[in-house]
Amino acid sequence: MIDNVPLNAFLILSTLMFFIGIYGFLTRRNLITMLMSIELILNSVNINFVVFNKFLYPNHLHGHFFSLIVIAVAASEAAVAIAIIINIYRNFKSIDVDNLDQMKL
Amino acid sequence: MTLNDIMFYLFAGSILTFSLLTVISRRILRSAVYLLFVLVSTAGIYFMLNYNFLAAVQLTVYAGGIIVLIIFSILLTSHVSEKAVVAPVRQQIFSALAVAAGAVLTILTITKFAFTPTASPAIEANVTNVGRALVSYNRDGFALPFEVISILLLAAMVGAIVLAKKEKHLEISGDQPNTNPDNSTKS
Repeated sequence: MIDNVPLNAFLILSTLMFFIGIYGFLTRRNLITMLMSIELILNSVNINFVVFNKFLYPNHLHGHFFSLIVIAVAASEAAVAIAIIINIYRNFKSIDVDNLDQMKL
Repeated sequence: MTLNDIMFYLFAGSILTFSLLTVISRRILRSAVYLLFVLVSTAGIYFMLNYNFLAAVQLTVYAGGIIVLIIFSILLTSHVSEKAVVAPVRQQIFSALAVAAGAVLTILTITKFAFTPTASPAIEANVTNVGRALVSYNRDGFALPFEVISILLLAAMVGAIVLAKKEKHLEISGDQPNTNPDNSTKS
């Protein structure tokens, strides 16, 4: 449908999105915003898989299914991470990573 | 330039703008809403690539599930008017430099590499083909990843419930004496 758009445009888009996510992961101090950066990273990887499937190997559906699996893993990861974050908030009254040094020896 | 191309660049621009806003916005709830816009624009790109099932899954699981979960946890853990703590300026500058270097390197590699598509005939990613491939155990079937993902989802569900539920106080049962006095004050 958008076959006129070159493959490189999609790849550059997903690269920029990936590195924006990494920037957020490095500079944020709140656990939930770090989780949102991870979602950005996973989403950019999904775009890569889908575009490689569509443009390079249209005779298979491997990239499509890998994206589906990544979405499922992201959902379960978000559920477990938010359970951990709520548990941390209950114990320490804060979810900033600067305050979470209780597990250090 | 056709209308489809314009739509692609519109989606790409909104993805980049809103993902940048997600990362730099000081208000946590707003950055969650910006993340929602990013995910919906990604679903639009999947629709334009004719992967309708994947786009529907993206909309329901990401935009409908994960964003709602994130917004709930934001409301549980912080005030709406609260501003997020960010890293010191020096760390921000160095992170931006490292990220820019990585992005430039990756984009240079992408533009130099010659991708060669296969000449085989394409199969359409409609719901019939996707459903047949998902439960097929032949070649090009995905029955094993399907089962593994179902076990992973079950494990994540049980783990999330066990982690998030409140612990009962050990003093009531009385079978384990509380040796560490710090634990009783925290929980």
